[in-house]
Amino acid sequence: MSRIPSYPDVESREEVLAPPGRLRSVPGMIRRNPLLAVGAAMCLAIFLVAVLAPLIATYPEDAGSAVHPLQTLEPPSAQHYFGTDQVGRDVFSRVVYGARISPLIAVLVLAISVLIGVPLGIAAGYFGGWIDEVISRVTDVFLAFPALLLALAFAAVMEPSITNTVIAISVTWWPWYTRIVRGQAASVTGRPFVESAKATGVPHRRILLRHVLPNSITPIIVQVSLDVGGVILTASALSFLGLGAQDPTPDWGLMVSQGQAFFTTQWWLVTFPGAAIFLTAVAFNLLGDGLRDVLDPRRVLTTR
Amino acid sequence: MSAVVAFEAPLLEVEDLVVEFGPVRAVDGVSFRLPAGPYGLALVGESGSGKTTIARALMRLVPAASGAIRLDGRDVAGVASGRALRSYRRDVQIVFQDPTTALDPRARIGPTIAEPLRAHRIVPREDVDSRIASLLAEVGLEPDMAGRYPHQLSGGQRQRVAIARALSVEPRVLVLDEPTSALDVTVQARILELIAELRRERGLAYVLISHNLAVVEQLCEETAVLYLGRIVEHGPTEQILARPAHPYTLALRSAVPEIDLAARRSRIVLPGTVPDPANPPPACPFHPRCPYAIDRCRTEVPELRAIDGRTVACHRAEEILAGEAQPPPHPASSSSRDDRDG
Amino acid sequence: MTGTTTGAKLSLHDLRIAFGPRRVVDLDRLELGSGEILGLAGESGSGKSITALAVLGLASTLGAKVEGSVRLDGEELVGAPESRLRELRGSRVSMIFQSPVSSLDPLLEVGELFERTLRLHGVRKREASERASDAFREVLLSPDLLRRYPHELSGGQAQRIAIAMSLALRSEVLLADEPTSALDVTVQAEILDLLRRVREERGMSILFISHDLAVIAELCDRVAVMQLGRIVEEGPTARVLGEPEDDYTKRLVAAVPKIGAQV
Repeated sequence: MSRIPSYPDVESREEVLAPPGRLRSVPGMIRRNPLLAVGAAMCLAIFLVAVLAPLIATYPEDAGSAVHPLQTLEPPSAQHYFGTDQVGRDVFSRVVYGARISPLIAVLVLAISVLIGVPLGIAAGYFGGWIDEVISRVTDVFLAFPALLLALAFAAVMEPSITNTVIAISVTWWPWYTRIVRGQAASVTGRPFVESAKATGVPHRRILLRHVLPNSITPIIVQVSLDVGGVILTASALSFLGLGAQDPTPDWGLMVSQGQAFFTTQWWLVTFPGAAIFLTAVAFNLLGDGLRDVLDPRRVLTTR
Repeated sequence: MSAVVAFEAPLLEVEDLVVEFGPVRAVDGVSFRLPAGPYGLALVGESGSGKTTIARALMRLVPAASGAIRLDGRDVAGVASGRALRSYRRDVQIVFQDPTTALDPRARIGPTIAEPLRAHRIVPREDVDSRIASLLAEVGLEPDMAGRYPHQLSGGQRQRVAIARALSVEPRVLVLDEPTSALDVTVQARILELIAELRRERGLAYVLISHNLAVVEQLCEETAVLYLGRIVEHGPTEQILARPAHPYTLALRSAVPEIDLAARRSRIVLPGTVPDPANPPPACPFHPRCPYAIDRCRTEVPELRAIDGRTVACHRAEEILAGEAQPPPHPASSSSRDDRDG
Repeated sequence: MTGTTTGAKLSLHDLRIAFGPRRVVDLDRLELGSGEILGLAGESGSGKSITALAVLGLASTLGAKVEGSVRLDGEELVGAPESRLRELRGSRVSMIFQSPVSSLDPLLEVGELFERTLRLHGVRKREASERASDAFREVLLSPDLLRRYPHELSGGQAQRIAIAMSLALRSEVLLADEPTSALDVTVQAEILDLLRRVREERGMSILFISHDLAVIAELCDRVAVMQLGRIVEEGPTARVLGEPEDDYTKRLVAAVPKIGAQV
């Protein structure tokens, strides 16, 4: 067969698509996606704060059970950047250590939700039929409840603790992923390359793992990053209501709850932990938005 | 001395295949035979003809409501699983129309080609790579393609990969569903050459589904023309294209644009559109649009009968072949008038 | 024949279109005469589609940079203000695409779409209705179809409707980008027939973009062959496709599968 040069296929709109999920050079990516860059930077900062907490916090022992009755409710100063709380603990150190708690809860909740929700969704989307019916109905039941209320209900019947917070939120979180993945999986299952595999006699197990899963996972990646903020807010709400972390744990939600009685006069008790919650949620939202833009296979590039 | 007629069982035989989607009969009693290769059988038709559904039924991707699909005499139409199905799945492979969606965008070419190989354990694990390389070479691709992703290949190259994948299990029957429709003209020509070459070298037997009569002529000895789920004309390709006996084949043939001015012919423009398969016309499915329809066409179903070396389902086939068919003075079908939409 | 553009309905000169550093069209000259059907032939990557979009000023919305001259009856369109281009789009120059159903708003009945579009171009409501019905009859569609939604139409019907739209708007130039490539061959024959009639009865000038040389041979008076953004050959269809001079054109013509040819 003689070698005939092939022409580059470009130019028509469909052709100039970004290939799915291919990561290019990082600097180029950052230039094109400022959202992603900012979000990623913020998340990195939070991660570093959490990891380096013992080094950053000025009074690490205040994140634990230390109390200082002589320096209660002091305003922000050079010794206590964020002031002290009602039992004299340094708010700054507690906020810094709090960076270990909220993100950890989020990671655990999301990991559990993904491990439950994604396989169920893929099974429902791929097999269809009664498997889909059963899974979808169960999912629908859970989705009928507002997540926060459901989490509250679970938390209320269990002893308040971080572990139970994780469990309560996970129970309400997984159905969303099932629904998202189910749609993707169903769509992928209909595509010729999956039909081809089926028609060739490739076993289901392999089709699911090698073809359906990798092609359905992208929306989940985006959703997970967007959800980190949501989980943190939900966990904070539970702590705020007394159903989550307990004193002396430096959980931000708990700190806001404890500080609200003093809000009008000692504003720093509520403001700094509250700002931490807010900034963390924003950071992960930006990251999620940025990731979605990058991973969307329908994105049209102007250069190749 | 009594004459003994040697009957050679066909490789693939489809008998009275019916495929239904709920109330809609997409395939309405189709029969054909594919002998051992090298041989090409074309299924020609337009939207609603059922040709794609037949391909999917052959691949056992959709169930048959009734009828038989026999490979080497063994019927798989009713088989849902098990060894018989697995072995059939190895022997019959498909190449889809759109190479872009026929390949997993997240898998490299090598594993894509090797997947059927692995699924059927054709070769021992250590030989898989060399088999991939030889398959790539056979379809005219460089061995280093194995490490690439589909988006890094052109349309023609992707189609070659799809062909390589289909051939990896040494199938006995290949189903080609519009293998070149999604490709540029020069690329098309090369893929057709490739198929012709593979046919020679491997003695392939294939069912080619196409709406392009020129492609069909190039690759297939036998052609079946489909309309609304039924075969309306069936026979040697040359005969059918040169002297169509069915009005639809005639219209189809005349509608094909010719680049060669000398070959220009007058166009038969068919009124109306293909009817909804959920609501097929009575008796002859083509009669509402047929320029030659007479009363009989509305009341009596034309059966496939043998005329002049092929089979046709038309009451007026003899007249059409003789070139003597005239449109009736008062058209039998009034149904096309009120809904004069194109 | 001089290079000046007297009498040309649409003329493109020194048209350069680029996506960032990549030049995709580098066209010296292309002219569409009044009442003429000009074919623009090429494979994917030839730049033919983006050229048509550039005529309507739509290439820049895709991120392309357009330089050069596109004149409609002598009026320069490159660099013209968006407001002027919007006036011209539809009413003087229309475009139909390969997938007609997807260029129709799925939420509107076809009749509603017509009315809205016509009113946007300043046609009064009653006249809009009449024009819509007239246009439908001209494309041999029953005006009943005005009550349908796009998903209820066949490909052929949708394409006829797209053509009807340009008729209702009284377009003078029709840019047709692969309008029959997605249609069955018998339906294609009808659409080509319709385009011929529209040219004869209305004097419409048509730029017919296609990769299918046989269709171009059937329909077009003249043809320009594009390869990688350049025009490699141009002339009367019979000559270019019957006796091609350029190598690429020769290869394209040779690659077209022909019935009756022996392999």
